[in-house]
Amino acid sequence: MNRPLSTPGAPSDAGYDVAAVRADFPALHQQVHGKPLVYLDNAATTQKPRTVIDALVRYYSHDNSNVHRGVHQLSERATEQYEAARQTVRRFLHAASEREIVFVRGTTEAINLVAQSFVRPRLQRGDEVLITALEHHSNIVPWQLACEAAGAALRVVPIDDAGQVQLDAYEHLLGPRTRIAALSYLSNALGTINPVAAMIRTAHARGVPVLLDGAQAVPHLPVDVQALDCDFFAFSGHKLYGPTGVGVLYGKRALLEAMPPWQGGGDMISEVTFERSLWNRIPYKFEAGTPEIAGAIGLAAALDYVSNLGLDAIAAHENDVLEYATAALRSIPRLRILGTAAAKASVISFVLDGIHPHDIGTVLDREGIAVRTGHHCAQPVMDRYGVPATARASIGLYNTRADVDALIAGLHTVLGVLG
Amino acid sequence: MKGDDLRDLYQEVILEHARKPRNYRVIETPEARHGQGFNRLCGDRLNIYLDVVDGVVRDASFQGSGCAISTASASMMTQAVKGSSVAEAEALFHRFHALVTGREANGGADVDLGKLAVFGGVRDFPARVKCASLAWHTLQAALASPTSEIVSTEE
Repeated sequence: MNRPLSTPGAPSDAGYDVAAVRADFPALHQQVHGKPLVYLDNAATTQKPRTVIDALVRYYSHDNSNVHRGVHQLSERATEQYEAARQTVRRFLHAASEREIVFVRGTTEAINLVAQSFVRPRLQRGDEVLITALEHHSNIVPWQLACEAAGAALRVVPIDDAGQVQLDAYEHLLGPRTRIAALSYLSNALGTINPVAAMIRTAHARGVPVLLDGAQAVPHLPVDVQALDCDFFAFSGHKLYGPTGVGVLYGKRALLEAMPPWQGGGDMISEVTFERSLWNRIPYKFEAGTPEIAGAIGLAAALDYVSNLGLDAIAAHENDVLEYATAALRSIPRLRILGTAAAKASVISFVLDGIHPHDIGTVLDREGIAVRTGHHCAQPVMDRYGVPATARASIGLYNTRADVDALIAGLHTVLGVLG
Repeated sequence: MKGDDLRDLYQEVILEHARKPRNYRVIETPEARHGQGFNRLCGDRLNIYLDVVDGVVRDASFQGSGCAISTASASMMTQAVKGSSVAEAEALFHRFHALVTGREANGGADVDLGKLAVFGGVRDFPARVKCASLAWHTLQAALASPTSEIVSTEE
């Protein structure tokens, strides 16, 4: 799993050999509608390196068993690898303890867990939950459910025309009744990087705990939860070159220990009678039932892959492609980029005057180019810009300037067909 | 022009209707029927208005935002159903649905599609079938009930 880069070829300016990296991703090497695939939908999900695919195959071929149960060899192997994956996540996030790492299905489940187990019990009528106008639906709806049940109010920090959170409004909205601030680290719809370290300091100065939605951040930015001092951090495996169906909730130990279980079942208890049950220690208290064992092991392989390249090197490479793409897209007539924050990563959302994003997506698809079109599960962001949808190109560690050139050529075809 | 299959989808008639949609207005008579359509995939919304008297669609119109396919489909649908009976409009819906999905028609097999036949290219673009059929699903909702009801293209 700690396999170094497959080919020691000449390093690029980015610090790694992009051609060699691309060779590690089998799905990139195919034709779509007779054209070479250009995959620019990484904010939706990323392709998987061979090491991740191999880890899944190896687990199911040799080690498949249930964890924390059997005394037999296979169960010991599965348990050992599952817990080793937890250590890998701990190192990746720079958490203090592996007990602060809860495996979940994904970012959405992680946020729902915090909303129901941490926030809901302490939410009174008239209390407030604070989010930003940049959030994905998964960091809006769980809070709406909790607020509705408690008679609490959801407050939203507005964004400016560039797609940046208005920090003066944020400070103003952090009030005495705010029970949590749930903030996107990196916007999936616009690519804005929020200044979360400063936002966390401000919140803590008012005694408000902070959850970071890190789903889009982890593939692009090094994360140190202790340096950030966030109280909770959520991310998904599949946006980070890992499998679907597995994600992580990091929570500060004292907070997790004080929280009641979220779901009941096997593995989350230490003792059960029909009168009462005693909860297992963290993190198992929050992992009811057989977990996504293979997924966790695959996620660890993905984290190893990303860590071997180095997130600083990945960010440098992606930023080069992003800047190149931004300049190239500006040369397309009638094209407008939504989200022009000073601090951005990976994502370019755009509209073409007079051409609906779905039509853009269909024509690009026929050219072999995969982009996302639609509202990106962020309808409030679309409303903010007065558009029903955008087209979105999102860059991953394996994308190149040649991919951008293909996109630009594809957009000229869009203009030719749909003019 | 690149891509013959793209040309099959984006026929000139479709692009022309997308650029200049017909019957793009609200029918404001008190007895006008109204249907609201919503495409979950893209967030597009569509309003269909009908003036139905004695089982005949005397007027049909629409408003909303959408892609070229959904806008042209709504525009051409309003033209096609105007003057037809409710039963004929229903039959046309089934025939149209069969055309864009490539499935057998559930009734209406002998109905002449006329200009609507230009939507035949949609069947090769499965992701776009909902765009073409949203107006028609919304029409059905409007026909079924004078009170507005939001339909989506989820099936």
